Amino acid sequence: MKNKAKYLAYPYIVWMAIFIVIPLLLVLIYSLTAGNVNDPSSLSFSVESYTRVFDVMYLKVIWKSFKLAIISTVFCLVLGYPVALIISNVKAKYKSILLMFFLVPIWMNFLLRTYAWMAILSPNGFLNRVLSLLGLPTLSIMPGQTAVVLGMIYNFLPFMVLPIYTSLSKINRNVLEAAMDLGANNFITFLKVILPLTVPGIISGITMVFMPAVSTFVISQLLGGGKELLIGNLIEQQFTVQRDWHFGSALSIILMIMILISMAVMSKVDNDNGNGGAPTW
Amino acid sequence: MVSKKIIELKNVTKRYNGVVAVNNISLYIRENEFITLLGPSGCGKTTTLRMIGGFEDPDEGDILFDGARINDVPPYKRNINTVFQRYALFTHMDVYENIAFGLRIKKVPKDEMDRRIKRMLKLVDLEGFEHRHVDSLSGGQQQRVAIARALVNEPKVLLLDEPLGALDLKLRKEMQIELMDMQKNVGITFIYVTHDQEEALTMSDTVVVMNKGVIQQIGTPVDIYNEPQNRFVADFIGESNIIEGIMHEDYLVEFSGRKFKCVDKGFNHMEEVDIVIRPEDIDITEPEKGLIQGVVTSVVFKGVHYEMLVEGGGFEYMIQSTDMQPVGANVGLTFNPEDIHVMKRGS
Amino acid sequence: MVKFLKRFYLCLIFIFLYAPILVLIVYSFNESKSRGHWGGFTLKWYGELFRDRDIIKALYYTFLVALLSSIISTIIGTFSAIGIHNMGLFGKNFALNINYLPVLNPDIVTGVALMTLFISVNMRLGFLTMLISHTVFNIPYVILSVLPKLKQMNKHMTEAALDLGATPAYALRKVVIPEIMPGVITGALIAFTLSIDDFVISFFNTGSGVTNLSILVYSMAKRGVKPSINALTTLMLITVVILLLLINKRTTKGDELLP
Repeated sequence: MKNKAKYLAYPYIVWMAIFIVIPLLLVLIYSLTAGNVNDPSSLSFSVESYTRVFDVMYLKVIWKSFKLAIISTVFCLVLGYPVALIISNVKAKYKSILLMFFLVPIWMNFLLRTYAWMAILSPNGFLNRVLSLLGLPTLSIMPGQTAVVLGMIYNFLPFMVLPIYTSLSKINRNVLEAAMDLGANNFITFLKVILPLTVPGIISGITMVFMPAVSTFVISQLLGGGKELLIGNLIEQQFTVQRDWHFGSALSIILMIMILISMAVMSKVDNDNGNGGAPTW
Repeated sequence: MVSKKIIELKNVTKRYNGVVAVNNISLYIRENEFITLLGPSGCGKTTTLRMIGGFEDPDEGDILFDGARINDVPPYKRNINTVFQRYALFTHMDVYENIAFGLRIKKVPKDEMDRRIKRMLKLVDLEGFEHRHVDSLSGGQQQRVAIARALVNEPKVLLLDEPLGALDLKLRKEMQIELMDMQKNVGITFIYVTHDQEEALTMSDTVVVMNKGVIQQIGTPVDIYNEPQNRFVADFIGESNIIEGIMHEDYLVEFSGRKFKCVDKGFNHMEEVDIVIRPEDIDITEPEKGLIQGVVTSVVFKGVHYEMLVEGGGFEYMIQSTDMQPVGANVGLTFNPEDIHVMKRGS
Repeated sequence: MVKFLKRFYLCLIFIFLYAPILVLIVYSFNESKSRGHWGGFTLKWYGELFRDRDIIKALYYTFLVALLSSIISTIIGTFSAIGIHNMGLFGKNFALNINYLPVLNPDIVTGVALMTLFISVNMRLGFLTMLISHTVFNIPYVILSVLPKLKQMNKHMTEAALDLGATPAYALRKVVIPEIMPGVITGALIAFTLSIDDFVISFFNTGSGVTNLSILVYSMAKRGVKPSINALTTLMLITVVILLLLINKRTTKGDELLP
């Protein structure tokens, strides 16, 4: 009997070629050409878009994106791991309520959440109002890098907590009991047993925070007042205001490559930990 | 009256990724027969069964059903049904719906469907289970639903792929008897696959022993047990002592340092042969009364008998007996000429 | 002592998560537009919310696109997952690797890439392009959801159906799809949620006056916000909490809530 079920996938393969492969190829082509995008015949091979990226001005932008993303990721990890740990140790009947309320913000619209921070951090916003009411000096956090980082942490913290929580909940109770049976106290059990077993979750969490953080343009636009340019903003500008698709495409390809390299590094760390890299999200 | 051949395999070969799983086998199956394909894992028995069912295509050869070639007929058009190894019940349906599945496709009217399902449930001893959910049933119950689901379609042939593998020992033995009775009652051909030789010997009319894609021997359980045709069959079926020897002439064979009268003939003068003696056929006695003298090297209590190893005559004999002799005892071994079975020397 | 610290920390985090939203809710009842002043309690912004054409239009498109794209992507994704599941190893890996590109890529790259495709073929950016873009990034998540269910299914189940007389199409309809239904539903829900919330991909691939909620808030946030958005936030919070409570009632394990 021949297995004909595989033909069910063929339409989708065509779809993928059209809507996934070709668009990326187009971006690649634009990144490697110069000329008027509206007139295909005027396009000629050129790497000038890529060489432009190496201008100090743009390198600073790339560096800033990385810096802010890494800071946010670290904060998310440091703040989020304890949350996952605490929730996983809570009595079973409270667990699902706690998780539910933890998840409510994610289900609210991302733009609204970012906008909410604008309401708090802006010069006339809630924070400064409260501070001045208390007679304290007002802060000009927004617009600025701190506001952007705060916005990132706020938006992405749940995405760090969830994979870590999942991987914590998968730990077999017996393993912890075995550790204690062999003489480990709570702290050592955490360090030597729990932490290593949650590495896949940590890696997932880092990926799910770092990736959107490094490529965002909304958070930097709204909370950075348009002055804190990140890669995402640069790319956005090329395609909307500047209309320099070649440069925008080159930046996109570079962003893609950076993310692929980060993910490759991540999975290598995961494999070195001997966990087999089972996905935990 | 000899019943007709309902299924025939002619020179069937099947390869996977260059490895030959079934190697040019030919066999036929008679109507109403309970035939078992027996062999170790990887011997090709399941592949053969699946080709009969239509889930694999032979690379070479023909499969005939009632005289007609069915190589190109898909499973849903063959008048054959299968009981799968892990039952493969439809977990989103209850017992009734599982059994009704094939009947619905054939558009059997509701009254008749109800009648047939009720009768089937009675046959497999699951009356009243119509609306139970499949997940709530035990392994044995699930297996009986799988059988009912297949049999209700009144196929001419039922294929069973190691259906009792997941059951515990006691239940397995009960089901073996039940399946045998079912086959006699329903009166159709059963083609059974197992690696458990005891199971095969218990249930079958005919046993086909397979190894590495090749048929080793076909025969009744008694024949296979008493007269294995080669070393593999002798070794696989029951416990055996297989000793190398020389056939002097008809009814006279030499091994373990002396000659014995036996009941086999037809070998060449001084031909090298293999001799099979079953452990339960050897008796332990005083050394001077034995045909062979030896020393007991191991004794294991097996419940139904003791299993002892005796070194003597240049061979370590295995004996199963209720007469226990301790380790280190000097003993004699005796057996009858008809217990000596001579085979051609194998590789 | 440790217990107190744990609870305190958890409270802090929850305050951190909810404070901004709560601030907006408070402001939604504020008579005064200014974010500094409290001008008195009012419900007028809620009224304005329902009269605001732009907001209603944005909500309409948001839901319409989410509904359509989740239905389309669930249908395509489910059948494609079945197809991929039955492919040989090489084809399967190849198809899956390409399939997961929209998941792995940052959405700005996916968004920009799709835009270049549409513009290159002179397609006008509008409802259709937004719908297509959403479907493109939804399908991989449906496949991601359905494929494990297919792997879990007893592989003999389909054979059993065929053995009992079902044609492959009948077996698909009556056996396979009911078995994988939980995965299909989860996939549909994920697709719906992702669509409702999407900003970047929609931003680059829509036009002709077709917007969604995220794009609306973005343009308002850049210019200066209407207080009716605060009212919208409140309503949204209430809806989400009710939905999650309902889901929580139906499932006993909290892990089912993971989006």
